[in-house]
Amino acid sequence: MTPRRIMVTGVGRPMIARFARRLAARDDVELVVGVDAVGPPRPGKAEFLRADLDNPVVGAALVDRGIDTLVHAGVHSQSRVAGGRRRLKEHNVIGTMHLLAVAQHAPDLQTVILKSSTAVYGSSAEDPAHFTERHPSDRHARGFGRDMVDVEGYAVGLARRRDDLDVMTFRFANFIGGADDAALAGFFRLPVVPSVLGWDPRLQFCHADDAVAVLTQAVFEPRRGTFNVAGPGTLYLSQAIRRAGRGHALVPGPLVEATASLLVRAGRVDVPIDQLSFLRFGRVVDVTKLVEQFGYVPRWTTTEAFDAFLAARASRGLGRQDLLALGTEVRERLRRPVA
Amino acid sequence: MADQRGTDADRTRCGEQTRAGHPCRNWAVADGRCRVHARKAAAPDSAAEAESGSRGRDGTNGARHGTAAPRLAKWSSDPAASRSGFRSADFQPVTHRRGQRGATGTGDGDETSAGSPSGAAGGANATPGGSQSAADADAGGLGRAAGGRDVGGGARPGRPTGGRGDSGDLIDALGAALGGDLGAHLATVGDFLRRRFTGDYDVDEFGLDEDLVRHVLLPLLRPLYDTWWRVSSSDRDNIPDGGALLVANHAGTLPFDGMILNYDVHDATGRFVRELGANLVFRTPFVGHLGRKSGAVRASHADADAVLARGELAGVFPEGFKGLGKPFSQRYQLERFGRGGFVATALRARVPIVPVAIVGSEEIYPILWDARVIAKALGLPYFPIVAQMLTLPVLGPAGLLPLPSKWSVTYGEPIPTAHLGPGAADDPMIVFEMADRIRDTIQTMLTRVVMGRKSVFF
Repeated sequence: MTPRRIMVTGVGRPMIARFARRLAARDDVELVVGVDAVGPPRPGKAEFLRADLDNPVVGAALVDRGIDTLVHAGVHSQSRVAGGRRRLKEHNVIGTMHLLAVAQHAPDLQTVILKSSTAVYGSSAEDPAHFTERHPSDRHARGFGRDMVDVEGYAVGLARRRDDLDVMTFRFANFIGGADDAALAGFFRLPVVPSVLGWDPRLQFCHADDAVAVLTQAVFEPRRGTFNVAGPGTLYLSQAIRRAGRGHALVPGPLVEATASLLVRAGRVDVPIDQLSFLRFGRVVDVTKLVEQFGYVPRWTTTEAFDAFLAARASRGLGRQDLLALGTEVRERLRRPVA
Repeated sequence: MADQRGTDADRTRCGEQTRAGHPCRNWAVADGRCRVHARKAAAPDSAAEAESGSRGRDGTNGARHGTAAPRLAKWSSDPAASRSGFRSADFQPVTHRRGQRGATGTGDGDETSAGSPSGAAGGANATPGGSQSAADADAGGLGRAAGGRDVGGGARPGRPTGGRGDSGDLIDALGAALGGDLGAHLATVGDFLRRRFTGDYDVDEFGLDEDLVRHVLLPLLRPLYDTWWRVSSSDRDNIPDGGALLVANHAGTLPFDGMILNYDVHDATGRFVRELGANLVFRTPFVGHLGRKSGAVRASHADADAVLARGELAGVFPEGFKGLGKPFSQRYQLERFGRGGFVATALRARVPIVPVAIVGSEEIYPILWDARVIAKALGLPYFPIVAQMLTLPVLGPAGLLPLPSKWSVTYGEPIPTAHLGPGAADDPMIVFEMADRIRDTIQTMLTRVVMGRKSVFF
């Protein structure tokens, strides 16, 4: 097989930068071009192209450098990173539109891999216990979820117009563990984590290592289709907060939006305000298709991914270990016979 | 006193039968006659029968528990007088259930007795006593007897032996027994709290939080189940080992019947019923996630199929809110069984359907009137004005407690669906016919149990 020439967008994010570095280090990879508006922490052997996705430079590189695999991982969920919600949408939707338009005319292109999100399913009381890939995208999605629905739409269009391409879409659950800049990581770093009074969403996480492994496997063993990627199992939000040893603030429903915008303004956390229903209903997906058809078994369960995140972060205040020790102490005392 | 009540009930019921002037259609018991007629024949010397009945139990209990037994038997003999024939014939499995609980109790007792020598005697004595009086409460089935088990179950059997010695010894022994028990109990609670405060528990893929259910929700239901509603459960053998769909009648304004069904099935099999809940349940704050944590899933194709495919027991109340909110005058008359979606679910999963009749739920909140205007304004399916609300000015919030009716849960014979083949779920005729059949079955079971019960409250 000829050496691969790969373009990766979104390398400004540490997780994607790691993915690009790993690709570049392989013998069967001839060229990795990383694209992003901000520079990667450590580019390694990968070439780096500082440009927005709708910049003609990107399209030119795609065609002129003879790229055969495009990994579009440059869709962001955090408006703070992109510099505001409008900029974010411009980047996500319009950027993807331009990129995939060029890709349609790239003669050497064989594989297109899209990093999407389970946010396309939305969050509501009518959700199934597990979303499968057959479940329709949320037509009423707003914000980031809406962006992802649109972006996936462009990928579907590309696949239809160029049926020689292997187009793959991976819907990743919320990253945590191995991804320090993940949206929910900031949330669980708050000293007191807010949640909506009367609701306890079921959460699911994806470890960054699993994400990198899935994308890597997709580059070398492409299978057409859409796949959910998440750590098996679920955690309730309340459970995750307790595992994190954080305080738990119950915010009454009407105040949730105000609280969230306060936190965002204070720069403490990047809660997407348009996704607050997620804090009520959560979201859990089914990964059977990933395992059976794509052939990847996630190595981190949701709980393990979350624990990896907890282990990596510097714990402040009363941590989980302290509570465990306290619990053991209390138990021992109670077990002692009554004198 | 019990005799008095027994005769009264007899007279009333038999009078009705005579006036009706046609052959009695009540549920026949072992001797071939219905409960009412059998008791009528025995009425003149029911007291003597009761004495011999309780003495018979003495024989068996005395062998196990020594001196404590005669005392207890006497204490509970009067409820037994009115109940013995009725219970032993029809609600055999209950005894089995209580026995199980006694066994668990002994396990707890072991832990404590290891620690304190004086507590060993007290603890060991207390626990079997608990199960023994439980068995009596079971035969009695009255609030008083059941309450006695809960409140004084541990201490009571200890009294005959301890009471003869120094009163100081008695107090010491009691204290040690209680303290030892309490210590073990607190340790369990401590373990639980540690798990909860550190998030160290597993949640299944549909959201069932087994730790919470086992250690909080089921124990909270226990007093309701044992003491308040004195639930008796029969034909538990009809619960299949594999996946099955339990279909039950729905009543009582608030879905207590779902909780009791869950409790009863867990009691019988150790399994949880995955109840299929309406969307409204999951849209409602607090209720939604509590429902999920206690094992409920949305009543949708995807979730119901997934639960049954795992070989679990799913529970469904096809009457839905129509059943919960129907007026008292229509009690035990089944509403329309939805659109038969539950049958299609069972057909797709090819699991048997088990009809379940729950009696007692209709009387906990008698609905006098459905305030539709308020319901509409609040976006609720019904807004019942229940009888208890009339007592609000006098009793305050306590007046809103459900009434302590006597409940029973009866499991019907499983109706197989596997033989109908995979295409049956797509054949509306099969689905409707089956839904009707199941509705009829449950209606028959309900009528039988309602006709056979002596009173709403006993």
